[in-house]
Amino acid sequence: MSRRWRDAPLAVAFLAPSLAVLGAFVLYPLGRAMWLGHQRCGATGGNCQSNGWDQYIDVFRSDEFQQAFSVTVRFALLTVPVGLALGIGLAVLADKHLRGMGFFRTVFSSTVATSVAVASLMWFFLLNPSVGVLADWIGGVAKDPGLLRDESTALWAVAVSSIWANLGFTFIVVTAGLQSIPADLYESAYVDGAGGWMRFSNVTIPMLGPTLLFAGVVLTSRAFQSYGEFDLLTGGGPNGSTTSLTYLVYGNNSIIKNNDGLQAAVAVLLFLVLLVLSVLQIRGLERRVHYGN
Amino acid sequence: MSYCAAVADVRLTSLTKVFDGVTAVDDVSLHIADHDFMILLGPSGCGKSTLLRMIAGLEDPTSGDVLIGGARMNDIEPKQRDVAMVFQSYALYPHKTVQANIEFPLKVRGVSKPERAEQALHAATTLGLSEYLDRKPGQLSGGQRQRVALARAIVRRPAVFCMDEPLSNLDAKLRGETRAELVALHARLASTFVYVTHDQVEAMTMGTHVAVMSRGRLEQVGTPQEVYDRPASVFVAQFIGTPPMNVLPPGLADASRYIVGIRPEHLMLESTAAVRATVSLVEHLGHETLVHARITDRDEVPAVVARLEANGSAPGVGDEVGLAFPATHLHRFDPETSRRIDDRSAVSAAPGAPAGAGVEERA
Repeated sequence: MSRRWRDAPLAVAFLAPSLAVLGAFVLYPLGRAMWLGHQRCGATGGNCQSNGWDQYIDVFRSDEFQQAFSVTVRFALLTVPVGLALGIGLAVLADKHLRGMGFFRTVFSSTVATSVAVASLMWFFLLNPSVGVLADWIGGVAKDPGLLRDESTALWAVAVSSIWANLGFTFIVVTAGLQSIPADLYESAYVDGAGGWMRFSNVTIPMLGPTLLFAGVVLTSRAFQSYGEFDLLTGGGPNGSTTSLTYLVYGNNSIIKNNDGLQAAVAVLLFLVLLVLSVLQIRGLERRVHYGN
Repeated sequence: MSYCAAVADVRLTSLTKVFDGVTAVDDVSLHIADHDFMILLGPSGCGKSTLLRMIAGLEDPTSGDVLIGGARMNDIEPKQRDVAMVFQSYALYPHKTVQANIEFPLKVRGVSKPERAEQALHAATTLGLSEYLDRKPGQLSGGQRQRVALARAIVRRPAVFCMDEPLSNLDAKLRGETRAELVALHARLASTFVYVTHDQVEAMTMGTHVAVMSRGRLEQVGTPQEVYDRPASVFVAQFIGTPPMNVLPPGLADASRYIVGIRPEHLMLESTAAVRATVSLVEHLGHETLVHARITDRDEVPAVVARLEANGSAPGVGDEVGLAFPATHLHRFDPETSRRIDDRSAVSAAPGAPAGAGVEERA
């Protein structure tokens, strides 16, 4: 018996705890959801029966899924680039050895410790047409009917809340990335005559590559899985304009809220979309990212 | 605009740098002539790198002036000083190709792309890098990376090159080769080099002048030979030379009241000499033999080292030998200040004088 096989039981024993957790909390629910997703249920959610795997195709082609998919993609396109840009901006500003900078670092990263519920509630009141401070400042559509109640602005308003809530995470990740850039790269560029923008574009951004790829993938994944903001701020409305894929799955106002089969089908499709997207992001960007020597 | 002067001498006047109450450079005045290859030599933490960084514009002096080509540079940005810097870590941009790394200083200055490529190729060819232009630094050996850093420095033809221990990350063989290449490069470029190192071999072999520093202060400036032959202090005497100069307390090597130094090659082993010692270690190095000996009844004095020719007879460990100190090769230092005493007429040279009470002074 080769050593490889002799060591196999020991290897399995070491892996067992991780495999048990992975199996119980990831693989089993995923398999169960996939199984549930192919079942067609009655209008009230009962009487679910296996009837081939066509339901996935039907759901994918449905107007409801397509609209929720569109909302989700637009939400990600709004939140990820802006969130990254703001995170980089704040991290670069705070990456200076100035007195009192620790205070600003704490403030900028504080949203990491704020739950989605608290953040959403805060923005709900800020944007409330009758009592909201921001609504007062902005005026116009913010006062009547309110940014969260207007079809053309609701998604933007939710996006702002989400960007704010995720800013702490991006700030912390980018700050850590900045601190790993060797100071002599900046000094070398400085002696060579590079100004602030040249140093930022030729040293900071390229050296942050792996950090930005990581933050981008995580933020995109978060955007596709956002639920709390939609549930608390708009309830998927008005008129479905903020019904994201996750809201379509869980939301109180979702038209499939009682249909376990359809809900599971949308959830599985969301998983597949995210899988494809993450692979594309990592494959596409990795070639352009430098991981050090 | 560039402040590049026709004459790129560097003058430092009473330069001081204090970091959070700690004085890194203490009132240093130094003139580095145009086209000079000046070595700033000293142990770690002596302030030599800080001094170099003040010349390059990476640190602001706390007081004193930096003048390049006669113009005061204290408030001038590095890019306007016409200074290039080579870092110990090379500071290459890991995401850029060798070509892009070399071109970077030209790109910053708005040089057109074709001209950049031409000048980068020229610099790369000068340093034997033309085959590697498309590679990233991570794909190069340490020696090649070091050359890329040099190419990036020479590509814009600065008046002054600042180099901060550029060879210390190379292995011994490559370091030896690169030393000779840097000397050749200095001759070819006819620029002013300011070179920081803690390696006295680099200082002795490369520099036209050496400035030895200790604890933020300048100990001595001179040609490598001057610094070796006439060290200005006990510190310099022991820092330059391998093995270092033997330093003996007053009254041991001669009858004077001064600390006496003698290079290992000048210390004689004579059976009849009055100062007796016991051999504690013999090192056969092939081309020479080093004999370490402890002076009898003077345990507080560190072992002295004598350098003998390899083919001569050497004593064995445990043998008793006599130590003779030829008067013409003695260096005398003030016990109070550790500075060199040049007035030899005041000293009655008496090799092998009996040991007297004395306090050993060490830097």
